[in-house]
Amino acid sequence: MTPVIEMRNIVKMYSNGVVANKGINFSVERGEIHALVGENGAGKSTLMKILYGLEQPTEGELLLDGKTVEFKSPQEAIANGIGMVHQNFMLVPSFTVAENVVLGAEPLGKGGMLDTKQALQVTADLSKQYGLRVDADAVLDSINVGMRQRVEILKMLYRGAQILILDEPTAVLTPQETQELFVAVRALVDQGKTVVFITHKLREVKEISDRVTVMRDGKLIGTQNTADTTTEDMARMMVGREVFLNVNKAPQNRGDKVMEVQNLSYVSEVGRVMLRNVSFNVYAGEVLGIAGVEGNGQTELVEVLTGLRPAASGDAMVHGKVVTSKTPREVRMAGVAHIPEDRLTNGLALDASIEENLIVDRYFDPPFRKGLMIDRKMVLKQGQDLIEEFNIRTPNGQLPVTSLSGGNMQKVIVAREFSSNPKVLIASQPTRGIDVGATEFIRDQLVQKRTDGAAVLLISADLLEVMSLSDRIIAVYEGEITGVFPDAASVSEEELGLYMLGVKRQSFEEMEAYL
Amino acid sequence: MSFNNILQSIFSALFVASVLRISTPIILPALGGLVSDLSGAINIALEGTMLVAAFTGVVVSAYTESVLLGVIAGILSGLLVAAILGVFHLHLKTDIILAGIAINIMATGGTIFLLYVLTGDKGNSSSLASGSMPFIDIPLIKDIPFLGTAFSGHNILVYVSFLLTWLLAVFLYRTRLGVHLRAVGENAEAAASVGINVLLVRWIALLMSGFFASLGGLNMSMAYLTLFQRDMTAGRGFIALAAVYLGGRKPWGVLIAAIIFGAFDALSNQLGSLDVAPQLVQVIPYVATIVALVVYNIRQKAVALERMRSFQEHELTAQQAVGD
Repeated sequence: MTPVIEMRNIVKMYSNGVVANKGINFSVERGEIHALVGENGAGKSTLMKILYGLEQPTEGELLLDGKTVEFKSPQEAIANGIGMVHQNFMLVPSFTVAENVVLGAEPLGKGGMLDTKQALQVTADLSKQYGLRVDADAVLDSINVGMRQRVEILKMLYRGAQILILDEPTAVLTPQETQELFVAVRALVDQGKTVVFITHKLREVKEISDRVTVMRDGKLIGTQNTADTTTEDMARMMVGREVFLNVNKAPQNRGDKVMEVQNLSYVSEVGRVMLRNVSFNVYAGEVLGIAGVEGNGQTELVEVLTGLRPAASGDAMVHGKVVTSKTPREVRMAGVAHIPEDRLTNGLALDASIEENLIVDRYFDPPFRKGLMIDRKMVLKQGQDLIEEFNIRTPNGQLPVTSLSGGNMQKVIVAREFSSNPKVLIASQPTRGIDVGATEFIRDQLVQKRTDGAAVLLISADLLEVMSLSDRIIAVYEGEITGVFPDAASVSEEELGLYMLGVKRQSFEEMEAYL
Repeated sequence: MSFNNILQSIFSALFVASVLRISTPIILPALGGLVSDLSGAINIALEGTMLVAAFTGVVVSAYTESVLLGVIAGILSGLLVAAILGVFHLHLKTDIILAGIAINIMATGGTIFLLYVLTGDKGNSSSLASGSMPFIDIPLIKDIPFLGTAFSGHNILVYVSFLLTWLLAVFLYRTRLGVHLRAVGENAEAAASVGINVLLVRWIALLMSGFFASLGGLNMSMAYLTLFQRDMTAGRGFIALAAVYLGGRKPWGVLIAAIIFGAFDALSNQLGSLDVAPQLVQVIPYVATIVALVVYNIRQKAVALERMRSFQEHELTAQQAVGD
């Protein structure tokens, strides 16, 4: 049987030289639910964007029902029956469900006026036919995320989609909504549709898919019948790597408890529980690594701990002093330093100079403040010192921070945070997107800080980084701690992967002593 | 004049008539502000557009001795101003606020300059014989005592402004283009993803905005007054923008908000006869605008915050219950 979709030898190289797809051969059979799994950055989104016409492949060809096709835009893909539901919904908040479904192809009635009744009817009919429960006349703003997602799917069906690509559809759903989605997905397939399901939750792959394709590092690792594979196998295919980093780490000299997190919970703006009763301690002289697939509450944890978001419940304390739901400055005064995951939004003032960025956390106190003014001489001196000490490549500190490369921008942040003599250092994705030299430098500095007695909390999507820098590791999955490993050196990547993907889970009693 | 007399004059047919008359040059640009705001661009150049149209209408009607040609020229000049804004904002990607301010300043200076060139006077165009748009007596209603005085005999634009409010409401909520316009303003990415031409829709919205604003300008110089005075719009283009928000960004709401501002304006005219400093009285419409906006924003924030809080609490307890 000819596959409904066949992608042959797809290569995608971006203009910045990043190769996201390295010769992928991927095919989907008509009427199947095909799961596409892989870590963040494995290249699965790029592959699907090519299929949907959002990106053009550098090499390779795309066949639809055996015929070569080329999509220059999503409109062309939709016209050929391919629809994609993105993670961030493409919906208009003040419109009703029906208005959103028919947007761009509205039914018209008498005198060229919109036929609202017809729109409501079509939406209700589609909703019934595929078991995608929506209130056709509800305003989008007033419905929950699960229903919004169903609206997106209906939108694609209204436009005649035969093949639906769902990009991490369960990432925003509660367990109940996920079950409801699965029922609808099965109904779609029963009525002849084909579904490609992107996810990194292996439990869901097992539950919903007929076949599964695993991608890693831009390559397709394998395609298998889901029934013939186990979650352990898939986890190994997803994260399996041979290389280990070489980090020189002095033996650990663990000190007193510095940071204490107790039953911390956080609920997002859209009402999703992102952190649920998280408790752990960070001790002086250790690196505590948080291992987890991105989007499992790490970002929220860091932002709550650093004062960027209020906690819904629970506390975090530094030497017994509460730091949750305080302002970022109060948190910093308590001895917390923060290397944020997004250096451009939260890490740097892009319009300011390098030396100004180096003192933004302390300009308000002497020696940088003299009377009511900033002491420019001290700022200059501090800038020169830190630029030298942290090897920031720049002619002088008065240049705008945007004149630096990504790696050197990150060094500015590291220099600022390290020079504040923190008791707790929270480093979130400290080496993301920077060159090898800067990466190595920053890793060495992190380990050095820990050896000097700071408590370091490391959050990284790079599992190797977490494993090689940490003394102790906590695995998180869906906002909860699933396992704790008191000796980072003795845990294998595969083992950790099972906890990160929610396949295995330690009981609270097992973990209690090591948190 | 005593306070009682003031009260009496406020509850009179003449006062209602003056509110309608004074509201019209706020209603019209407010409708223009609404269209562009819904498409995602705050048209801060309404003021300048009105001024240019008011000037052009007077000059052209005086030289051609045709009211119709004056009105057409006034509308075209307003569309031209909107087009300039469109080129800067939509194609050259200038910040629309900056481009709008530039247009407003240019309109103020440019109209005075041309006025001086044409008439030798920097203050007004009284030496030009400008035409006036017709005044309409409504049959039957004009003979009813109170209603006749209040609602009949107005300039045609007073009635047109109500008609346009209705047409705009139909356009925005019942036609494909209107719906696309609102979709573009709220989520341009979503609109583009279903094949809507975002740029084209934004152009149409800006030009419509220029059309409404130019009618507002013509209402000032070719209706009750038939001459152009320097800065004669006196901030109405900005008050119109306030009316857009106060009216909840809906056509009829905007109309009512504009009438409320017009009423304050009319009130300050009445109070002018009281023994108070005229400057204090004249400031009333502007203070009313600021107070209204502040109250509106405080209320909006409180509502949003309350909604967020109850939502979070509800979700957390609901999901905890499930989790246990």
